[in-house]
Amino acid sequence: MANLTIGIGDFKVCRKPDVLVTYALGSCVGICLLDAQTGIGGLSHIMLPDSTVAVKGFETPMRFPDTAIPMMIKQMESMGASRSRMRSKIAGGATMFAISSDKFNIGERNVAAVKKILSQLRIPIIAEDVGENYGRTVFFYPETGGMEVRSTAKGNVML
Amino acid sequence: MYSNYDELSPIAIDCLKEIGNIGSGSAASALSEMLGKNVQMRVPDVKVLDFQQVIDEMGGPEKIITGILVDLEGDINGIIMFLLEDSFAKIVLKTFLGKEDVIVSSLDETDYSVIKEMGNIMAGSYLQALSKLTEMTIDMSVPSMNVDMLGAIMSVPVATFAEIGDKVLYINDGFVIDGVDIKSNIILIPEMKSLDKLMKKLGVTDG
Repeated sequence: MANLTIGIGDFKVCRKPDVLVTYALGSCVGICLLDAQTGIGGLSHIMLPDSTVAVKGFETPMRFPDTAIPMMIKQMESMGASRSRMRSKIAGGATMFAISSDKFNIGERNVAAVKKILSQLRIPIIAEDVGENYGRTVFFYPETGGMEVRSTAKGNVML
Repeated sequence: MYSNYDELSPIAIDCLKEIGNIGSGSAASALSEMLGKNVQMRVPDVKVLDFQQVIDEMGGPEKIITGILVDLEGDINGIIMFLLEDSFAKIVLKTFLGKEDVIVSSLDETDYSVIKEMGNIMAGSYLQALSKLTEMTIDMSVPSMNVDMLGAIMSVPVATFAEIGDKVLYINDGFVIDGVDIKSNIILIPEMKSLDKLMKKLGVTDG
């Protein structure tokens, strides 16, 4: 069994019993996808809501949900997963700093963008822990489908 | 015009270092006045780093840190963020509230506002130095503070400016107060247009 760590603006896929981890999500959102029948899972750590705003030279598709999630699904499918069986759990999208400016409500916009793309792809969200003002570390266990959210605010919670 | 911090020449970086130096000097005197203590300043280290390097350098994504964010507007648009290690919060709270060995992850309302105010004053003195040096007008927002995982705190400047790149200006300050080493880290992210203006004002044109 391996623990695979996903950095900011990246994703990884695995087969059970491997575990996927991403640390300290703030305004970013972690998206866990699982095809329970095959035990193939993926975890994506997106930073920004919309890939179309990327400046030329900084097209980094893994940072945006509209590009990262389809890429991750494709990779899971190539391993034998089926999109129609996939379910998702999401966490993150906090507002870390209470400055009332559009510039700083990225967390909220990230969550909205993730929900929109998952709905377009017809992948149900079966658990979520989003918003508020604290950071979250996510452990995703494809073996059980559990998403464990660790934070200083709430301790460890299995969803 | 700059489109990325990577394009900064060594001269431009030296200039930013000098600004960091002057800002730190002015923050040190503000700190000394506030605390009523002698504050020595170590020469600040100024680097252009990508955000992942900043996180690694400061102790990893899950390290608990105090972040104070100030939004900048006027001639310079962007943000300045102070990342304060526990030692800073401890000495501030000891001096002002007589509290010993505070646990930074469980501060009360008063602790919060005292630290926030110190951050406010330090940010103010930094920006005043910068504004004086460059004859530019910089307006700052009321600072906002949070104590949480470094990665989560950093996600805000990173995401806010991710469109323009991965680099931030990282100023690593050191103060010595009562023989205790106090580390503070500052992230300064001017928007590219503002960086351009700033460099022109300082007479750096070699981009």
